[in-house]
Amino acid sequence: MQHTNNQDTLVGLFVAAGIVGLFFLAMHVSNLSSFVEEDSYTITARFENSGGLKVKSPVSAAGVKIGKVSSISFDPKTYESVVQMSIDSKYNTMPDDTTASIFTAGLLGEQYVNLEPGGSETYLKADGKIEITQSAIILEKAIGQFLFKSAEEKK
Amino acid sequence: MSQFIQDLGKSTRTSFTKLGRSTYFLLQTISGIFSVLPRPRLLLNQMYSVGVLSFLIITISGLFVGMVLGLQGYYTLSDFGAEETLGVMVAASLVRELGPVVSALLFAGRAGSALTAEIGLMKATEQLSGMEMMAVDPVKRIISPRFLAGLISMPLLAGLFSAVGIIGGQIIGSGLLGVDEGAYWSQMQASIDFHDDIINGFIKSIVFGFVTSWIALFEGYDAIPTSEGVSRATTRTVVNSAFSILGLDFILTALMFGDH
Amino acid sequence: MVNSVSSQDNLVSVRNLTFSRGSKKIFDDISLDFKRGRITAIMGPSGTGKTTLLKLIGGQLFPDRGSIFVDGQNVHQLRRSELYDLRKRLGMLFQSGALLTDMTVFDNVAFPLREHTHLPESMIRTLVLMKLQAVGLRGARDLMPNELSGGMSRRVALARAIALDPMMILYDEPFTGQDPISMGVLVHLIKSLNNILGLTSIIVSHDVHDTSAIADYIYVLSEGRVVGQGTPEEIQQSDSEWVQQFMTGAADGPVHFHYPAKDYVDDLMSLGKRY
Repeated sequence: MQHTNNQDTLVGLFVAAGIVGLFFLAMHVSNLSSFVEEDSYTITARFENSGGLKVKSPVSAAGVKIGKVSSISFDPKTYESVVQMSIDSKYNTMPDDTTASIFTAGLLGEQYVNLEPGGSETYLKADGKIEITQSAIILEKAIGQFLFKSAEEKK
Repeated sequence: MSQFIQDLGKSTRTSFTKLGRSTYFLLQTISGIFSVLPRPRLLLNQMYSVGVLSFLIITISGLFVGMVLGLQGYYTLSDFGAEETLGVMVAASLVRELGPVVSALLFAGRAGSALTAEIGLMKATEQLSGMEMMAVDPVKRIISPRFLAGLISMPLLAGLFSAVGIIGGQIIGSGLLGVDEGAYWSQMQASIDFHDDIINGFIKSIVFGFVTSWIALFEGYDAIPTSEGVSRATTRTVVNSAFSILGLDFILTALMFGDH
Repeated sequence: MVNSVSSQDNLVSVRNLTFSRGSKKIFDDISLDFKRGRITAIMGPSGTGKTTLLKLIGGQLFPDRGSIFVDGQNVHQLRRSELYDLRKRLGMLFQSGALLTDMTVFDNVAFPLREHTHLPESMIRTLVLMKLQAVGLRGARDLMPNELSGGMSRRVALARAIALDPMMILYDEPFTGQDPISMGVLVHLIKSLNNILGLTSIIVSHDVHDTSAIADYIYVLSEGRVVGQGTPEEIQQSDSEWVQQFMTGAADGPVHFHYPAKDYVDDLMSLGKRY
C-alpha cells in the first residue's frame, strides 16, 4: 500500500512541522527560555522609588542581561520599595558594594535594574542585600525640576 | 405587522431548533471520539485531508502576512525612532491575534468547506444512511475522526502561521530594511510572555478549531440532501465560521488580555 | 391480535402502521406480512412511500402508530445497541447503491466485515472475493465506485449486503434505470441468492413485469393503503380497478392523470384574476 505510506509520511511531516512551529514560538519568540535558567540566586535591593519597574524586568551589568526582577513589594515601615532579583549563578562574583540603579532603556523604553560593581574583595552571597541604590528617574519630576531651575535663573 | 411578528417568531424557533440539533450532534460527536482512539488509521486519514492539505495555504499566507507586518510596522515605528521594537510588534500581533484568527479563517475556507461538501454529498448519495443500515454509526465512523483531526490540526496550523510570519517579518525587517537582527529577536523575547501570549494564542486556536470543525461537520450532516442543499450548506459553513471566529476572538481577547 | 401473527412463519410483520410526513399520510393503518424464505414485493406508483417502508423496517424512521416486528422483535422498542445488532442481520440495497465513494470495490465489500468482525485480513480477502464472485465482479475489485456503471454499482452493493450473511435483504427499487441485460442479471441474482442462501427478500419496486417474475407474494399499495395482495397470478387476475390500472399501466383510472386542480373551464376563464 504505497499510497497510504506516503500519506502517513506527509501527516508525520505536518505534525512535526506544527510542533517545531509551536516550539519555535515558545523558545525563540517568548521569554520562556529565560524561565528555564538552571540556577540562580536571589539578592534584594531597597529603592526609594522603583518607578515603572515590573516583575520580569531585566537586570543587567555593563549592558549585559544577567538576571531578572522576581518580585517587587512595598515595605510599610520604611516606605521603600523592596525589589528582589534573581541573578544567574554564572555571575556569582558581584562585589558586595555593588550599586543598583533603575534606568530607562531609551526615552520611552522599559525600565531595568543596572548593577554597577564596586571595588570590594568580598562577593554578594545568596539572599544578599545591595546597600547603595539609586531610584528611578521619574521623567515628570526631572522635567519639572528643569523648568523650575531655568525659571529661577531667569529672575 | 402581525404577519411579520409571526414570521419572526417562526424563524427564531427554527434557529433554536437548529441550535438544539447541533448541540446534540456535538455531544454525539464528542462521545464518538472514544471509539476513534483505538483506530488511529481513521484519524490519520483525516489528518491528511484536514491538516496536510491546508499546510501550504497556511504557511504561504503566514509568510506574506508577516512580511506585510514587517513593512508596515517599520514605516510606523521608524517615525518614532523605535524600529528596534519591530520584532515585538510583529510577534505580538501574530501570536495574539493574526495567527489564530487568520489561520482559522483560512482553515474554515479550505478544510471546513471541504468537510461540509464531503459529508453533505455522502448524505445525498445515501452513504450515511447505508452505513446506518450496515449497523455502523456514521457519527462515530465518519464525523468523530474528522472532528478530532480538525481539533488537532488547528493549533498546529496556527503555530506554523505565526512562526512563519515572524520569520517573514524578520526577512523584511532586518534583511531588507536594516533593523538590527539581534534587537529584533531580543526585544521580542523580552516582551512576549510565554503564558500571556503564546499559551493564550494556543488556547484561541484550539477554540477556533473546535468551533470551525463543529460548524462544518454539522452543516454537512444537516444539509438538505440535494446538490443545491449541499452548496448552500457549504456557504453557511464559511459564513458562520467566520462570524463565530471573529466574535469568539473578541470575547476571548477580552477575557485573556482584559486585566492588563 | 398482534403478537400471535408475528409467529414462526413471518420474519417481518407490520401491524396497523400509520406514518405521516408533514400533513401527508404516507401509510394509513396498513398491515403486511413477509414470510420466511420468500420474496415478497411491495408495488405501487411512485411517491407511495415504498422506500419509507424499508426505512421503517430498518428502524431509521419511527411510525406515528402501529408496530413492526422483525424476527419477533419490535423494531421501534429496541435499545440502540439491540437495533444495531438486528441491523447486522439485515442487508439493504439502496437505489443508488450507496457505495462509499472513497474506497475501492474490494474495500466496500470488506467494510462491514472489517467494522463488525475481527477476522484476519487473509480471511476477509477470501470472503470478499467469494461475495464478489457471486455477483460476477471479482475482476472489478480494484475499481473505484465512480468507475462503475449503475448496474455494476448495484451488484457491488449486493455483494456488500450479503457480506455478513444476513437473514434478510431489503431491495429498494433494484430495477430502476437498468438496461435489459443488467436487469436480467439482477433478477437472476436476487432469485438465486434467495434460494441458495435461504434468505428472505423484500423488494420495493414499481416495475410490474420483472418483479412479478420473481416475487412469491405481492402487495400493491396506493395512497397509504393496501389495494391488492396475492401471488403474482392472483394479482394479474385481480378485479380491483386500482390493481388493474397499475398492472396494465393505464394513464387514467383510480389514480388520476391530472394532479388535483379546479375545474378546467373555470380555470381558463379566470384569466387575469389573481388567486
